[in-house]
Amino acid sequence: MSNHNEKYEKLAEVIQAHKEQKGALMPVLQEAQNIFGCVSEDVQKVIAEGLGVTLSEVYGVATFYSQFSLQPKGKYVAGVCLGTACYVKNSQKVLDKLCSELGIQPGQTTADGLFSVQATRCLGACGLAPVMMINDDVFGRLTENEVPGIIAKYKAS
Amino acid sequence: MDLFRAHVLVCGGTGCTSSGSAELIARFEEQIAKNGLDKEVKVIRTGCFGLCEAGPVVIVYPEGTFYSRIRVEDVDEIVSEHLLKGRTVQHLVYKEKADEEQHATLENIDFYRPQMRLALRNCGVIDPENIDEYIAFDGYKALAKVLTEMSPEDVIQEMIKSGLRGRGGGGFPTGKKWQFAAASKSEQKYIICNADEGDPGAFMDRSILEGDPHSVIEAMAIGGYAIGASEGYVYVRAEYPIAVKRLQHAINQAREYGLLGKNIFGTGFDFDIFIRLGAGAFVCGEETALMRSIEGMRGEPTPKPPFPAVRGLFDKPSNINNVETYANIPLIINKGADWFTSIGTPGNSGTKVFALGGKINNTGLVEVPMGTPLRDVIYKIGGGIPNGKAFKAVQTGGPSGGCIPAENLDIAIDYDSLTAIGSMMGSGGMIVMDEDNCMVDIARFFLDFTVDESCGKCTPCRIGTRRMLEILERITEGKGEEGDIEKLEALAANIKATALCGLGQTAPNPVLSTLKYFRHEYEAHIKEKRCPAHHCQKLLNYEITDKCRGCTACARVCPVNAITGSVKEMHHIDTTKCIKCGSCMEKCRFGAIVKN
Repeated sequence: MSNHNEKYEKLAEVIQAHKEQKGALMPVLQEAQNIFGCVSEDVQKVIAEGLGVTLSEVYGVATFYSQFSLQPKGKYVAGVCLGTACYVKNSQKVLDKLCSELGIQPGQTTADGLFSVQATRCLGACGLAPVMMINDDVFGRLTENEVPGIIAKYKAS
Repeated sequence: MDLFRAHVLVCGGTGCTSSGSAELIARFEEQIAKNGLDKEVKVIRTGCFGLCEAGPVVIVYPEGTFYSRIRVEDVDEIVSEHLLKGRTVQHLVYKEKADEEQHATLENIDFYRPQMRLALRNCGVIDPENIDEYIAFDGYKALAKVLTEMSPEDVIQEMIKSGLRGRGGGGFPTGKKWQFAAASKSEQKYIICNADEGDPGAFMDRSILEGDPHSVIEAMAIGGYAIGASEGYVYVRAEYPIAVKRLQHAINQAREYGLLGKNIFGTGFDFDIFIRLGAGAFVCGEETALMRSIEGMRGEPTPKPPFPAVRGLFDKPSNINNVETYANIPLIINKGADWFTSIGTPGNSGTKVFALGGKINNTGLVEVPMGTPLRDVIYKIGGGIPNGKAFKAVQTGGPSGGCIPAENLDIAIDYDSLTAIGSMMGSGGMIVMDEDNCMVDIARFFLDFTVDESCGKCTPCRIGTRRMLEILERITEGKGEEGDIEKLEALAANIKATALCGLGQTAPNPVLSTLKYFRHEYEAHIKEKRCPAHHCQKLLNYEITDKCRGCTACARVCPVNAITGSVKEMHHIDTTKCIKCGSCMEKCRFGAIVKN
């Protein structure tokens, strides 16, 4: 579990670096999310202790913002933009197709831990509407019929 | 400084980056070097050019040739033909009409001609990661002028005289805001930039931060001098990684040049800026919620008063403005308030940036003087509605705004005219809808958004918006009842009057404006169980017409066996069994299935 310990060491460094800063909780949680892929209860406890705040305060902030997740996400996070520009160009259909292809609902992860599906807020690429992102890759001007092919490519890789 | 005979500007905005502009830059640099042109031609990654529809966009100067939708494969041809031999590659040049042969440059494209780019002046023009380019375009001149020639009171008076109003949507006079913050006595004050651009379909703030970050830094320093603050915070969405990176880079450069830090321009004025990232909460665009979030807490709004100018961030007097507002400020200082008021209409001076999206030909960012007719933005700049469809409405102001119908297309856009017709300026999202969009469903879409984003602190917003959403969901599912419209109106009035912050107070607007202009669509859903736009799935009836060849494809794909018929004979859908999934229509190769 050296990898595990390394992550906690990194977290300790982050806490140390932000400790004296005003409003440190948000930046620390953001870095923790990056390090662990989620902010589990154990991670929240370490942060609470390190910053000298209550666990309830950490939990309150972690659950308030949609970027923090308490459970780990899949290897590929597929987000379909449901901003207005994408919605009026039928991004709901793209999302529905993605969900039916993977057999999960938005916010869930497939049993094999490969895919998570999210209905995201506006990604700001409205010129490419409707837009889907898988990790950092952007797929624009999509139709629902293109979804199975894209998913298959990630399954194969 | 090296001199180059030609410059290749490649758009590095989020839209064009998504469609591969980074690979284009790499390829250009490789090909230019291969042809031995690297001492003569320079490749620059700029901010957003605005015409996202045509992305990725490449502009070659000195001619100003506008190449659109360039793929990596096209780069070699541009280098060998245009850069090496001086011949424009006609088939890659942007064309507004298919038959056009003209030499397309920024100046002669219809999309740009009616525009006036002030806040976006440097976007797509300079390299945002090079402070020298910003300085060459009069950058930091306004800060120097303010610090060496003007008193803080002079600056505030100039801002008041300019009539600049908050571009984040509220429209509050910026100078007045500064005056209030300046009047508060405190040893520590803060200046804050609201870059938590949450309105879906609005991306001007992101484009300014990506394309011209120094204009925001300069303006914040000017604001800091005016109100007496030595520290600034930019609160920016974490969903904007490119903007965050460029802004941080710009702050570092400004520090190196002594334009941030101690004793700026040797005047004894100290000022520095720090970035804080949002974490995905729409309510944090509300100023009091935003400040709680910077403090590391849940982003819940607090009642006003006390206003931020009296007690804001870390309980100190604070001033908060939006990105686009800041981007205007150096220009106003350099050119004067009188120049600024000469643009726009009385009480609404200057320009406004809009993000055009949805069912429109030219999606992208446009900046026009206040008072420009809405019709010009949609048709002259936006190029009208694609696929020969009819215009139905344009939505402005995001989840706080409303839908504007065709009969109001001739209004002149400004803060007051939009409010008068039941919408609002908002941050500048402008989503166009055509005949296929159902207005009840759009209202449902926005309520779904506000219910999800309500922070839950006050009851009217937490519970009231949910009740409204439930009614709208019923209506779109064909279960609407007599009296639903009246219930929606009563709830809307209550929520508007009693919610704690702007999010709740404006949440009913999408419902009220669609009820005002598209009441007949609500009535058709409720009384006739019919969706006039043929959008709401549960209200549709699928039918097979006589175009059917009897190929049986539809019957085979139907998940509930609702389709019957023999081979080579016309098929039939049993509407009592049909679950309206639409699979048959997708599968039919003869266009024989229609929905009513």
